[in-house]
Amino acid sequence: MSTRRYLISKVLQAILTLAFVLAFNFFLFRAVGDPVTQLLRGHSGISAQAVLQLQRQLGLDLPLPQQFVHYVKETFEGHLGYSYFYNLPVSQVIAGRIWPTILLIGLSTLASTALGIWIGIRQGWRRGSKYDQGMLAFTLFTYSMPEFWFGLLIIMAFAVGVGPFPALFPTGGYETTGAGYTGMAHVVDVLNHMVLPFFVLTLSYLGEYSLIMRSSLLETLGEDFIITARAKGVRENRVLYGHAVPNALLPTMTVTILQLGFVLSGVITIELIFNWPGLGLLTATSVDARDFPVLQGLFLLFSASVIVANLVADLLYSYLDPRVRAA
Amino acid sequence: MRPRPTSTEPVATAPDVHIEVKEPPRTPKQIARARRKAAAKRVWREYRKNTMGMAGLIILGFFVFVAIFAPLLASSCGLDPTCPSTGPQLHAPSLKYPLGTDDLGRSVLTLTIWGTRISMIVGLVSTAITILIGVTIGLIAGYYGAWRETVLMRLTDWFLVIPFLPLAIVLATLLGPSFYTVIFVIAITSWPSAARVIRAQVLSLKTRPYVERARALGASDWHLVTRHILPNVGPLIFANTVLTVAVAILYESTLSFLGLGDPLHTSWGTILENSFGAGAPFAGNWWWVVPPGLAIVLVVLSFTMIGYALDDILNPKLRAR
Repeated sequence: MSTRRYLISKVLQAILTLAFVLAFNFFLFRAVGDPVTQLLRGHSGISAQAVLQLQRQLGLDLPLPQQFVHYVKETFEGHLGYSYFYNLPVSQVIAGRIWPTILLIGLSTLASTALGIWIGIRQGWRRGSKYDQGMLAFTLFTYSMPEFWFGLLIIMAFAVGVGPFPALFPTGGYETTGAGYTGMAHVVDVLNHMVLPFFVLTLSYLGEYSLIMRSSLLETLGEDFIITARAKGVRENRVLYGHAVPNALLPTMTVTILQLGFVLSGVITIELIFNWPGLGLLTATSVDARDFPVLQGLFLLFSASVIVANLVADLLYSYLDPRVRAA
Repeated sequence: MRPRPTSTEPVATAPDVHIEVKEPPRTPKQIARARRKAAAKRVWREYRKNTMGMAGLIILGFFVFVAIFAPLLASSCGLDPTCPSTGPQLHAPSLKYPLGTDDLGRSVLTLTIWGTRISMIVGLVSTAITILIGVTIGLIAGYYGAWRETVLMRLTDWFLVIPFLPLAIVLATLLGPSFYTVIFVIAITSWPSAARVIRAQVLSLKTRPYVERARALGASDWHLVTRHILPNVGPLIFANTVLTVAVAILYESTLSFLGLGDPLHTSWGTILENSFGAGAPFAGNWWWVVPPGLAIVLVVLSFTMIGYALDDILNPKLRAR
């Protein structure tokens, strides 16, 4: 298959998946839940006429296919409905929360990938060593740990200061409220608030990346060109960093992107416990408030970003590894 | 591991329940059973040598014991805030309350013991459903191929892409918090990976000579699937199941922590939710936060260790190396 056809088929697949998510989202919130009942939750003595009027207002009196067309049109125009709780358009509510999440996810993913890759290289290179076994045990442990529980422990240890631990960092939030810092002082303040959630997220996902890097490196080390390199008399260090690592990095990089779905899940609870005003906290509070339009919008955004990440991973892989295109 | 029950044998042969044939010549059914018994023994022998697997089994055994004998270990009355056995509120660990008390004066030890039950049941039941869906879809897609495969695998890929927690949250919020919702939500969001693993294995199995031979002898699809394919996918399903339980227990705790668990049942996740809601971590009441989380880690760890050990032994791909 030519590169062009490969790219087109990948993009088409992504669009199809996106369409599925759209339809699924519509189905979920119309078929499983009834918007009018949700809206009137907690109210009593609503007349049948008022219910009918509300249905008409929300366009629920139209036949389902027509509702769907309307829904798709609205979504593409960026109208995601109206938040019950904030009394604002959903798109506006979400837009106000995007940056803190991107900042948190971005920095912690960078850190956990870099560290994970470094650890994975050391593990794979000295397979079965004390270091390798210790790191494997550590990986298994972080994998088994609910991120939010780890976060609570960290809060108790380094923000509250239980027992011998010093209270070093703020318990949560994005910035010191009412301090009115500007410029550099503001940046430092935000970073200070971010240290703990960043640390928790980084450590929670570190293991996954080191595991992938380790197995990928082990696989690469078994390939013929490594034997060739050694037979040529290439120094060990050069075999590792010149020949093995660059090849082993490929799968690790794409898997990192594919991990986004998991990281998004982790960010929901971590933002909740650290009161970090991003999309995760918005999700958690919307669950509490049963704010369905916001949840619907968030679900769409999360799914779309994972789909786009998948597409990017596919395209990147084909660019970096020509063998994929040929297959 | 127990061999697969062979009760699906079609009853075309005469029901010879009274005659006990111990001597050879044996029936094909007996031969198959003996072979599977030997295989199970072999697996167990190998498993016993696996330190990680055995450690996992011991930890799991402990928690299964706690779950089964919860009523003997701690009176269920201790879950009720009006129970006379409740003590002072938010009391640090003492002799009477080894893990301290929560904001209602309930013993955290009692809560954690009873939480074992719900967390384990949710983990096991949702895994059973996950595997059932995964195996059905994986089998149909892998065995029949053609349009069925295209449709089912496309569906699987779609579900695989949708981020788990947001979907689970949306579903659980729509359906309302309950014990069954949690189980349903976990199952509906975790089957795709099982389906893919099963399908891949079925694809390789269905072209094996013995399957072709059986087909040439006129075996029906049902016979081929239940007697030749499924028993051979069995070990893989088993290893996969164990790993799925670990994930399901983690998911249960996350959903419960977000307030989507059953408010009437105490699971480890709901204990953590209550402690967070009451501000326990911020007040430094560590005894209310540490035990349920540690229990989650240990159980998930044990299932993961058992799963990896089984995968090492049962997965033909790993064994070949």
